[in-house]
Amino acid sequence: MLIAQIKVLLKESVLDPQGQAVEKALGTLGYNNIEKVRVGKYLEIMLAENNREAANKQVREMCERLLINAVIEDYTFTLVEV
Amino acid sequence: MRPEDWRSLGLKDEEYQMITEILGREPNYVELSMYSVMWSEHCSYKNSKEVLRTFPTKGDRVLQGPGENAGIIDIGDGLAVCFKIESHNHPSAIEPYQGAATGVGGIIRDIFTMGARPIASLNSLRLGTLDDPQVRYIFKGVVSGIAGYGNAIGVPTVGGEVYFDSSYQGNPLVNAMCVGLLEVEKIKLGRATGKGNLVILAGARTGRDGIHGVTFASEELSEAAEEKSPEVQAGDPFTEKLLLEACLELINNDDIVGIQDLGGAGLTCATSEMASRGGTGMEIELDLVPCREEGMAAYEIMISESQERMLLVVTPEKEKKVHDTFKRWGLISTTIGHVTDDGILRIRQGGKVVAEVPARSLAEDAPVYCPAYQEPTYLKTSAALDLQTLPDVQDANQVLLKLVSSPNIASKEWIWQQYDYMARTSTVVAPGADAAVLRIRGTKKAIALSTDCNSRYVFLDPYNGGKIAVAEAARNVVCSGGETLAITNCLNFGSPEKPEIFWQFRETVRGMSEACSAFNTPVTGGNVSFYNETDGEAIYPTPVVGMVGLLEDVERHCTSAFKAAGDVVVLLGDTFDELGGSEYLALIHDKVQGQPPAIDLEKEKALHKTVLAAIKQGLINSAHDLSEGGLAVALAECCFTNEIGAEIFLSKQGLRLDSLLFGETQSRVLVSVAADKLNLLLELAAQNLVPAYEIGQTGGAKLQITVDGSLQINLPVLELKKAWREAIPCALK
Amino acid sequence: MKFGVVVFPGSNGDIDAYHFIKDVLAQPVDHIWHQEESVAGYDCLILPGGSSYGDYLRCGAIARFSPVMKAVKDFALRGGLVVGIGNGFQILVEAGLLPGALYRNANLQFRCRFTYLKVENYHTPFTVAIEHGRLLKIPIAHGEGNYYVDEDTLQRLKAKGQIIFRYADEQGEITAAANPDGSVFNIAGVCNENKNVLGMMPHPERAGEIILGSDDGKMIFDSLFKHWEGSRL
Repeated sequence: MLIAQIKVLLKESVLDPQGQAVEKALGTLGYNNIEKVRVGKYLEIMLAENNREAANKQVREMCERLLINAVIEDYTFTLVEV
Repeated sequence: MRPEDWRSLGLKDEEYQMITEILGREPNYVELSMYSVMWSEHCSYKNSKEVLRTFPTKGDRVLQGPGENAGIIDIGDGLAVCFKIESHNHPSAIEPYQGAATGVGGIIRDIFTMGARPIASLNSLRLGTLDDPQVRYIFKGVVSGIAGYGNAIGVPTVGGEVYFDSSYQGNPLVNAMCVGLLEVEKIKLGRATGKGNLVILAGARTGRDGIHGVTFASEELSEAAEEKSPEVQAGDPFTEKLLLEACLELINNDDIVGIQDLGGAGLTCATSEMASRGGTGMEIELDLVPCREEGMAAYEIMISESQERMLLVVTPEKEKKVHDTFKRWGLISTTIGHVTDDGILRIRQGGKVVAEVPARSLAEDAPVYCPAYQEPTYLKTSAALDLQTLPDVQDANQVLLKLVSSPNIASKEWIWQQYDYMARTSTVVAPGADAAVLRIRGTKKAIALSTDCNSRYVFLDPYNGGKIAVAEAARNVVCSGGETLAITNCLNFGSPEKPEIFWQFRETVRGMSEACSAFNTPVTGGNVSFYNETDGEAIYPTPVVGMVGLLEDVERHCTSAFKAAGDVVVLLGDTFDELGGSEYLALIHDKVQGQPPAIDLEKEKALHKTVLAAIKQGLINSAHDLSEGGLAVALAECCFTNEIGAEIFLSKQGLRLDSLLFGETQSRVLVSVAADKLNLLLELAAQNLVPAYEIGQTGGAKLQITVDGSLQINLPVLELKKAWREAIPCALK
Repeated sequence: MKFGVVVFPGSNGDIDAYHFIKDVLAQPVDHIWHQEESVAGYDCLILPGGSSYGDYLRCGAIARFSPVMKAVKDFALRGGLVVGIGNGFQILVEAGLLPGALYRNANLQFRCRFTYLKVENYHTPFTVAIEHGRLLKIPIAHGEGNYYVDEDTLQRLKAKGQIIFRYADEQGEITAAANPDGSVFNIAGVCNENKNVLGMMPHPERAGEIILGSDDGKMIFDSLFKHWEGSRL
């Protein structure tokens, strides 16, 4: 079995209001070396699939069809065996 | 069983003894857990029951009083309004967003369980002062939790109130009220009747969340409470929306015998209460309950407080139709048992009986306590307020600016603009008014809704404070043009095991009962929340009143805003030297002291009669209840919406200047009236023996108040409005 | 003119839209359940507000795969009139019937209040009856109405007249303060290139009666009637 660990972030060009809010909050707490914060989503999908290539293809397809909105979001994923 | 077994579940030794007598044997752990949750204060009202019996609960319009999931009153045209308020204080202290969200979800379920479509939510919040970062965190979380749930499910949040006081620093109050509308003939009750009828569980799967939540709600908050965080449930408004639609469809089609939501004490409460009310028993097969996690123990399934679940009793003929309906709405529903006639709640798991107890003993036979009570010693010193030693106001402009910027008086727009208050397109008077007004589609009618409680008054004088809480809620409804019908209440207090707290409780209820009788507004239900203490320190006694009123003609509603320049401003009601418990005294002189203002219920009734008649006859253009901050603040508030100023002339007539401007004497309403209708208004007031004083005129861009020839307040409306609007957002930055 | 209001399980603006069309505009209207596969017989479809399928992933992301959306898509591609309001707008962008994306309000809070809309293009079925220069007072109620398009797309939308409504202040000035959610270019509503599909975050069905604070929402539907009458000649 494979687990797809998918990270979704807003594109660099899209304003990230949550990231900005967290960045500001960390500053208030005295962390003054914060360069940038981005807030995104993390999804974990368990696949009954052992073929990594097939899993790769399927995860990409699922991301593009449903899990992300390509107008505003980018994604990366890794496949982990369990 | 060892003593620590029942004690750790919150049961007293004598309560354990009672259980063994009921069963004629020792209970097993599943049974013990079931008793512990059902006999907790939260479910059984064991400490408050005797006192609550003194509330007036009957009236011509009452279709359902206390004892069911919510009260119901008749509003004519074959329609009824179903409503209730409930606390979710402890969960909100631990996890503000989910605590508040599930509070909203729970009260919405109580309403549609009765067959009513939820049409409005209100909420009453009490928090510590905003200079504390933890309070700001709780405040933001609670507001977004209420918004998150209510907005998603499409029930507009139309009103409420919030007060900030250090008394609530470690123990915030989150009281949620929901109002629903139904046809009188469609009322559904939480009863299991008919031997052989089936018991169906529908909605979300059962998880380990909220295990022993009611026991938690019946304990004080302490440092240790932080570790209890896993007991807070998470809400899913989407599932609840589906559940709402599916259940209302089943009720409307008359497909079910009885229905009840699963809230506090989960499946134990729903099964035992339904069976007990129906005079029946039930057999439940736990292996059939859809669970979220594997290997859940019987006691966990029985007391889980997973949200968004309903229990239904249906005839075998309707079983398939009921399951089909849930399926169409995308929900799981499972037949988990059947109704019996032996009065026993029998629970099976893995082919064995794991619990077997009389249903009634869980739901009805909890011990009833009459806790000791004693007048609190603080009242001996708190009552003393020597006005002689209190310097009178020097710069009234500065005091007024300070008062309108006090978070207790300042605009609450920061809160309600996060609530979808317009959903269902029936909100005629939006949040920020004395009361919300909602039209009833298909009729000319509207309902007016308000929640109120000045807990400082209740702290200083529980009896009169209780009366004032009801009177103010009624006054708010009246100022919007509504005739008062009934109330629900949420009684938030400290530990009833402390005689001084229980004295507060008794006195408060006595005061509220008298006021409810005087206004003919019976209590149709509500909730008691005890143990609101942090490290032994109780909150101010806070009996929140949720009032429902009726307008026969929605066009004849009224708001507080001045509507036009050149109107005459009239003050109805007399003013006295009453500064005790006022916002002025707390904010300017840092004192929570003195006797709160007196209240004469007959005078109050005469005032209501006058204002209602004036609104119905179209005599007045605005009406605003005088409360925190007194006359000067009320005048400023009337100026804000349309940015119309006023020129006011007052005379002290022996009063102190601060009493005149900022005192909180009860039974007063500020109205504006077109010059040509002034005499009609004055005649109406005279007929009802209500004092009426013509105090000035609307117009201009300033609020000017002259007292005995000297200009005491002279401020641009825009400057006041800015201070009033920005106070809460600024405090949160 | 016959209207169909699409009902997803989590819709809640469906009853408001239905009431508005039936009782205020006095037009024939039906609910269309999300499992329906046909939208035949309707002259205009409304995708109402709410949270179609819970919207936990992204608003409107799941709704676009419902059976009814295939029919809505065909209807729109054949030139049928479609109005998406709030969540309906989110579904239309997710379904690719309208350009751009809608995400979390820049202030991170839900906003419910009246807004003033400036009409950018009067030559569409949705605006043809609106008096030129007239601001529309229509409320918003959303947490994810922050409209995003990249710069190139924005230029294209401008060039093709696809921007229909922009948030303005009471005087009609387009200001940052009047922008309730951070939308690019203060955009409150856009249409497709063919001008038969409109998406807007403000709720015209909530601005149908003076007693609710405004009846400016009717002007959008008056436009639809005018366009429809014209197209039948």
